[in-house]
Amino acid sequence: MDNKIKIAQRVAQELKDGDLVNLGIGLPTLVTNYIPDGVEVTFQSENGMVGMGRSPEEGFENKDLTNAGGMYATANPGAMYFDSAFSFALIRGGHLDITVLGGLQVDEKGHLANWMVPGKKIPGMGGAMDLVTGAKKVIVSMTHTAKGTPKIVKECDLPLTSIRKVDLIVTEMCVIEPTDEGLVLKEIAADYTVDDVKNNTAAHLIIPEDVKMMGE
Amino acid sequence: MEVINAKKAADLITNNSSLMIGGFLGVGTPENIISEIIELKREGLVVIGNDTSFVDKGIGRLIAEKLVKKVITSHIGTNPETQKQMISDECEVELTPQGTLAEKIRAAGVGLGGIYTPTGVGTTVEDGKEVREIDGVKYLFESPLSADFALLKAKRADYKGNLEYNLTARNFNPIMALAGKTVIVEVEEIVPIGSIDPNNVHTPSVLVDYIVVGGNK
Repeated sequence: MDNKIKIAQRVAQELKDGDLVNLGIGLPTLVTNYIPDGVEVTFQSENGMVGMGRSPEEGFENKDLTNAGGMYATANPGAMYFDSAFSFALIRGGHLDITVLGGLQVDEKGHLANWMVPGKKIPGMGGAMDLVTGAKKVIVSMTHTAKGTPKIVKECDLPLTSIRKVDLIVTEMCVIEPTDEGLVLKEIAADYTVDDVKNNTAAHLIIPEDVKMMGE
Repeated sequence: MEVINAKKAADLITNNSSLMIGGFLGVGTPENIISEIIELKREGLVVIGNDTSFVDKGIGRLIAEKLVKKVITSHIGTNPETQKQMISDECEVELTPQGTLAEKIRAAGVGLGGIYTPTGVGTTVEDGKEVREIDGVKYLFESPLSADFALLKAKRADYKGNLEYNLTARNFNPIMALAGKTVIVEVEEIVPIGSIDPNNVHTPSVLVDYIVVGGNK
């Protein structure tokens, strides 16, 4: 199975009925496709709406209705629109239940870096710093390594997004929970061993005896 | 309020002006006014906006034409030209978290001397800023942000200048309407006073100086 789909499926299990959710651009967007039956969540989008729906079918696009990545979007019944100050009032004010973001690095303290690689790629933080600071639960969804280079490290050397500890890291190999004691390996994917995870992680992992199979 | 054309709007803007420009990746951006600014080659502009859009859209076009000396924004990732000019020192880029940018603009517009936000504490955004602890939580002080002009986009205006925005094209426009010294709004149509249900007026006419009827762009 495609790694990204695997990650999105696992992240989707974290969504609870009634949650207000903000999904980052890219991999996190895939989560919408795997929401468990019976779970109804509401999507918030930084550019100013609550109640965003799926991408429109061809011919149903509206130039004034887009997601935070600039792609055409739709509105579900009960949706509403607002300005950017209100959008971030929801985010920063602690009214958002879950945000799912991509990551470049996460370290042993659970600190996330995801907005720039100095001298190379400088997209900017957009809404990420506010999302990580303000959401009730922060989930980082990312591939375990960047073409073999570990992304889970002892200490981020890339600029941090926030000093708030993220709540969960989901990769194609495993699920890790950052705690005050360190990074705890919670689940492991069926096709990997604990050693595989260790060999691809540049941080100390706390490995309990009851590491579960990912997604079960 | 006065109804003018896009060329006259651009003519009001002098070189080195600071411009707040509404929009989110070009959605809700006054494209016709931007075209005329490019036509008149207004240079040395300081631009404040959510993002620098794409090379061929919105704020991105002003950057591509090298008319911008400084941009205060949250995201430049969709416009490679911005990063190129940032690295070559042709355009100064001040990256600001999106929610902070919104509140800095809002602070200027609503008469506040700034805001304290937890966003950015302990990151490079904190550099050079006051950190204050309130009830055990650390906050950064962020100063207000105003501009000579706010260049906005709305769906429609009436002949008084009351504005109605459309869907997610609202974004930064209403807060910038408070924070620009001169407020110029491009609309798709202008309608008789009273045609917009008062419940649907998002920005009151008292904030609007000029309306440009720009069509459906």
